Amino acid sequence: MDRGRRVKNTMIRKSFLGLALLVFGGVARADWALNMPRGVTELSAETYDLHMLIFWVCVGIGVVVFGVMIYSLIMHRQSKGAKPANFSHSTTAEVVWTAIPCVILLLMAIPAAETMIKLEDSRDPDMSIVVTGYQWKWHYRYQNEDVGFYSNLAEESVKARRLDSGIDPFSVDNYLLDVDEPMVVPVGAKVRLLITANDVIHSWWVPELAIKKDAIPGIINETWFRAEQVGTYRGKCTELCGKDHGYMPVVVEVVEPDAYQAWLDTRSGAKQRYANNESIAAPEATLAAGE
Amino acid sequence: MASTVADAIKEHDHHGPAKGIKRWLFTTNHKDIGTLYLIFSLVMFFIGGAMALVVRTELMQPGLQFVHPEFFNSMTTMHALIMVFGAVMPAFVGLANWMIPMMIGAPDMALPRMNNWSFWILPVAFGILLSTLFMPGGAPAGGWTMYPPLILQTGDAFPYLIFSVHLMGLSSIMGAINIIVTILNMRAPKMTLLQMPIFVWMWLITAYLLIAVMPVLAGAVTMLLTDQFFGTSFFQAAGGGDPVMFQHIFWFFGHPEVYIMILPAFGVISEIIPTFSRKPLFGHDSMVYAGSSIAFLSFIVWAHHMFTVGMPLSGQLFFMFATMLIAVPTGVKVFNWVGTMWKGSMTFETPMLFSLAFVFLFTIGGFSGLMLAITAADIQYHDTYFVVAHFHYVLVPGSIFALMAGAYYWLPKWTGYMYNETAGKWHFWTSTIFVNLTFFPMHFVGLAGMPRRIPDYSTQFADFNMMSSIGAIGFGLSQLIFVYVLLTAKKGEKATDAVWDNPIGLEWTVPSPAPYHTFDTPPGDELIKSHSHSSH
Repeated sequence: MDRGRRVKNTMIRKSFLGLALLVFGGVARADWALNMPRGVTELSAETYDLHMLIFWVCVGIGVVVFGVMIYSLIMHRQSKGAKPANFSHSTTAEVVWTAIPCVILLLMAIPAAETMIKLEDSRDPDMSIVVTGYQWKWHYRYQNEDVGFYSNLAEESVKARRLDSGIDPFSVDNYLLDVDEPMVVPVGAKVRLLITANDVIHSWWVPELAIKKDAIPGIINETWFRAEQVGTYRGKCTELCGKDHGYMPVVVEVVEPDAYQAWLDTRSGAKQRYANNESIAAPEATLAAGE
Repeated sequence: MASTVADAIKEHDHHGPAKGIKRWLFTTNHKDIGTLYLIFSLVMFFIGGAMALVVRTELMQPGLQFVHPEFFNSMTTMHALIMVFGAVMPAFVGLANWMIPMMIGAPDMALPRMNNWSFWILPVAFGILLSTLFMPGGAPAGGWTMYPPLILQTGDAFPYLIFSVHLMGLSSIMGAINIIVTILNMRAPKMTLLQMPIFVWMWLITAYLLIAVMPVLAGAVTMLLTDQFFGTSFFQAAGGGDPVMFQHIFWFFGHPEVYIMILPAFGVISEIIPTFSRKPLFGHDSMVYAGSSIAFLSFIVWAHHMFTVGMPLSGQLFFMFATMLIAVPTGVKVFNWVGTMWKGSMTFETPMLFSLAFVFLFTIGGFSGLMLAITAADIQYHDTYFVVAHFHYVLVPGSIFALMAGAYYWLPKWTGYMYNETAGKWHFWTSTIFVNLTFFPMHFVGLAGMPRRIPDYSTQFADFNMMSSIGAIGFGLSQLIFVYVLLTAKKGEKATDAVWDNPIGLEWTVPSPAPYHTFDTPPGDELIKSHSHSSH
């Protein structure tokens, strides 16, 4: 009996240890790209900092609450001969543990609100792009430029993604995260996105830009970003939009301003170019492209 | 004279259930109906679980190996509908049916025939829902949230989906009315409201939530129906409607709905922890107030499910602040449970183990919930696996563990025999290990950028998805131990009336197994006082 109890005790202790390791192990792993990316805009960094702040607040509260609980589980057990106390309330304790969370929340709410206010301020953009979601691709139209095109899942991924394709996804570069024509924007420019959809609701997300906005038919949503680093940033549609929801990635290429200008020049007369592009020219797509 | 009355009472006691199938079809007995609800929900738990395993099997590796994306989407949609409306909600109604009359010293539910009806609607509703799997166009695949315009692309299954949701709502509303009327009118005359057990309190609050929001859901899906078949444009932009309005209406139902699934769980845990700590519940009254505050707040936070739809800044800030506030009453509950354990004399039978895991793991789900409240961060978390991890933490080691705890806790009272404790502990440990293996890695893949509801994913998420899938299969198999416990439930030693060590609650004053009719005469003042956690 006694031995059984001891085995049981060790078992419980070990399992709590395991749980703690799982939790803190997670934090350690977070450093090798299993956490939210810090991103390449001022606001993505702020978002990341908010995320880490609230995370550590939770860890702190968790350590206290679980600490007390684990202490109690170890010390206040019948097998250790603990005699039950008989108290059933304590006004002081109850006031304290109502008040402290309120204070923590208030302190959290201030930076959270500040970031939100900045996120919503899409005034005075340097350029605007209309993003339209389709089942299952994106369309980008650059306002005040003669540039508009569809962005489809890259051919390599299309081949590999089929049921029993026989192609190992690991052999495909950026599997499901690559497109035929990425959105191209200049570094440092304030880019305003006007996001809508043509059929069902989609959502345009690039984690490193900290932008996620629903593309809704009949509604034009506004958001913005200012990428501070040249590079290729990948994201996905995040609102269930039918069978190929998992296959409409977003790729944004942030380039130097003159490279952007050069890219724009190659794009003039984009309409012809796209009418001739077979992989894109589904009949309704051509129609929509010829706006 | 006196002996005639005694004989009559005795006669009445011996008047047992009808025989055979009729007993179950026509029963108006709260215990029989409770049993029906519980068995039904267990069957649904396994069906919904099988669908989850289809999902996890496909997601075990990147690339499509087993199912087409359409079918995958049907599986996620049906899994959610079945688990929410078919498993968790009916299971708590089952517990309510069995326990509430016994906890408040009432002979039965107030509206026994409606009780029968509200149960028997459910097999019909889910029969219809499951039949859509075999219809042209497949089962609904637009997500359990049924957002238009996507849901309007459902094939022949569409009207059947709407009709089955109507039936589920009807059943829930009738069940809720019954519970409210029972608690308010059938309670032992000497029992004050604050003397009621927390399980009864939480169910009273839940029942009001159900009555408030199930009609809202019914309205929302009816508008979908008329948009599809009768030319209206509630949610169709082309006709002047607004697809976002559906989301507002849906989540006005949907957010109270999540508390409908967790408040009764709080109730169960609040019954079990005092029993195995051998101490009265800490802060009985503040539990009631906290539960009521949560219920109130649940009505003013719905749009935190929609931070990416493009709301005005003021709206986003309001919903962020209101959502953060929920952490306060929820925290009070967790602190009260810890306060109950503090300086107790704890033992760790299966119900207690499930309850302790509930407190730990539900709190982890609460933490990720607090993180999700921060709007800017939520924009990154939204519709990723981080959200999937969050709500599964509050629903599986939350609601489901509370249900398991409750089942083990009251099983001896139902059957009259002690269940197999060794098997129960195996069930607990395997479930706890696998539930964490399944859902903890989802936090990481979500933060790293994996959206939810996708049948295939980029290769950097492969390892954690493999872990999740192994965990899910392990968790599924672990539940078979529970079936074993139920099948051998009457093989153990005879249970005493109290079953546990001096538990508080009127249900422990009646024999084990509880006779077909209990509390034909209401319990007296003394008995009520000595079996209440309240100091009032």
